[in-house]
Amino acid sequence: MNFPKFSTLAVVLMALSLAATGCKTRKIGPTPLGSRSGAYGDGRPTELSGGIPIGRPGEEVWPVEIGGGPTASFDPDQMHQDRAALAAHTVYFDYDSSAVRPGDEAKVDAVAAVLASDLSAKLLIEGHCDERGTEEYNRSLGERRALAVRQALAMRGVDPARVATRSYGEDRPADPGYGEAAWSRNRRAEFVLLHPQ
Amino acid sequence: MLKNVSFVVFSLATCASALCQGDRITVIKEALRPGDTEPVWVNISGLTGEALETLEFDLYVQGFNFTNAANAQYLISGSNNGNLQARAIDAINKNTLVGRAYSGASLRRQVHAFADDFVQALGRKGIARTMIAFKTEVGRNSEIRVADFDGANVQQVTRDNTIVAAPAWVPGRFALFYTSYRLGNPNIFHHDLATGRQTVFAKYSGLNTSAAVSPDGRRVAMILSKGGSPDVYVCNIDGSDLKRLTETREDESSPCWSPDGQWICFAGKINERRALLRVPANGGPVQRIATVGAGNPTEPDWSPDGQWIVFTRQSRDFEICIVPANGGRGGDATILVSGEDPSWAPNSRTIVFTRRQGDGRRVLYLLDVFTKQIKDVARISGSNSQPSWAR
Repeated sequence: MNFPKFSTLAVVLMALSLAATGCKTRKIGPTPLGSRSGAYGDGRPTELSGGIPIGRPGEEVWPVEIGGGPTASFDPDQMHQDRAALAAHTVYFDYDSSAVRPGDEAKVDAVAAVLASDLSAKLLIEGHCDERGTEEYNRSLGERRALAVRQALAMRGVDPARVATRSYGEDRPADPGYGEAAWSRNRRAEFVLLHPQ
Repeated sequence: MLKNVSFVVFSLATCASALCQGDRITVIKEALRPGDTEPVWVNISGLTGEALETLEFDLYVQGFNFTNAANAQYLISGSNNGNLQARAIDAINKNTLVGRAYSGASLRRQVHAFADDFVQALGRKGIARTMIAFKTEVGRNSEIRVADFDGANVQQVTRDNTIVAAPAWVPGRFALFYTSYRLGNPNIFHHDLATGRQTVFAKYSGLNTSAAVSPDGRRVAMILSKGGSPDVYVCNIDGSDLKRLTETREDESSPCWSPDGQWICFAGKINERRALLRVPANGGPVQRIATVGAGNPTEPDWSPDGQWIVFTRQSRDFEICIVPANGGRGGDATILVSGEDPSWAPNSRTIVFTRRQGDGRRVLYLLDVFTKQIKDVARISGSNSQPSWAR
């Protein structure tokens, strides 16, 4: 997996050094490249026998986004749900986006701190959308939003296995009104703190 | 293009043989263009009241329109004193296409049967006795209902007292799949309409939604987020052999099947832009389906004849669009009418879809995609969306 990148880099370096050499030689006088003959034949690549293949086992690297793994498998409905505890930290999204806004980073910090202080607690993130997407599109977008916030928490050291996600699409608006003021309140992820029953 | 050429060749051949026999050519099959095709003109006489209304509704949403006897291509006459008697003749050669007396069920049902007999005599598939399923708002919640395609005989399917959404018929069966939050998480349920039996079909962690059953009834495509993002999955109708077909960080949605069962089409993203995509149902590389002129496509549905994909374009509002399924016409999409979430009828020309009203209510509409003739399904009250046509 790493070979193509390495060989690309090698080719670029070689090209650069050739270019540098070219500049130098031009001052002295042109020395045509690739016009040699004799021991080098006509310059075309020729395959010789006897090469030993070189394997590099154990060097494969599989990057995975932090917090990007499978969704948590515990059932949030088997736990005590505290909707008030983290209600002040609801994060909001731009239209058709699942990126956590820079202005909402502090809220994610606060939620991460709560989870760090109580290791028996778990979290449910509920993803919501405004009504401007189609319904099933929004159900997927709401899940993306909840998962994006889960990932932001994982970056702050929260184990993603403690964080369940649930999308309500556009079916549970915070504000049933029409227009950007209402819609901006509806594009959100709400935090529900979970305790063992 | 190709279709048009072969059509011309076909008509020339028909003409030639017809001329040799000294016949008059009575039926010329038109090349159908979405949104740009003339209706077939019909004159109806003798029918009254509910019978007349029902027949006009049935035929209008299948691309027929009404005129006087002199200008009509087909003449329908009949009576509806108690039972229906009706006859349809070809206005040019006076051939009788249908001449029948109906009994049983209701007058309404008899008219639907005649409408089916008439369009079938013209070589089309009848839809007048088909059903639709849809989502109905009930306070903050929603439930699934079914009705005749024209909105008659509404029946409640679920009483889950939560959000229930995304109904999809099992082809050829009196059964539905849908998404319900009754266990907390959005899970996919199977519902046998004859017995009322509801069973959990997909209950993986995260999102389970948008079930779509393959045309042969053997497999189910759906959206699951168990792998860490909403992706397209497929499994057998008994839930076994689950396979992940897409692996993106993006959100995929609304899978549907090609009629040959080879492809699953869905809404996703390619190079950061929303697109309709398709993936082999057994797994393989994802391909883009061109929708030139209609950006931000979602909610595809593949026509039963395989020719077209109808979808929703999300711009400022929503518009129903159509594009050749296999890249014909340079992938040029045709924007038909405002609305969302289209679902094909078995005749591959009528669709049912949702339109949001000014008061926030969502209303179901029927559209003949070739003539763009449109009717609201006014018989169904309340706010309704996500219609699925039984086929």
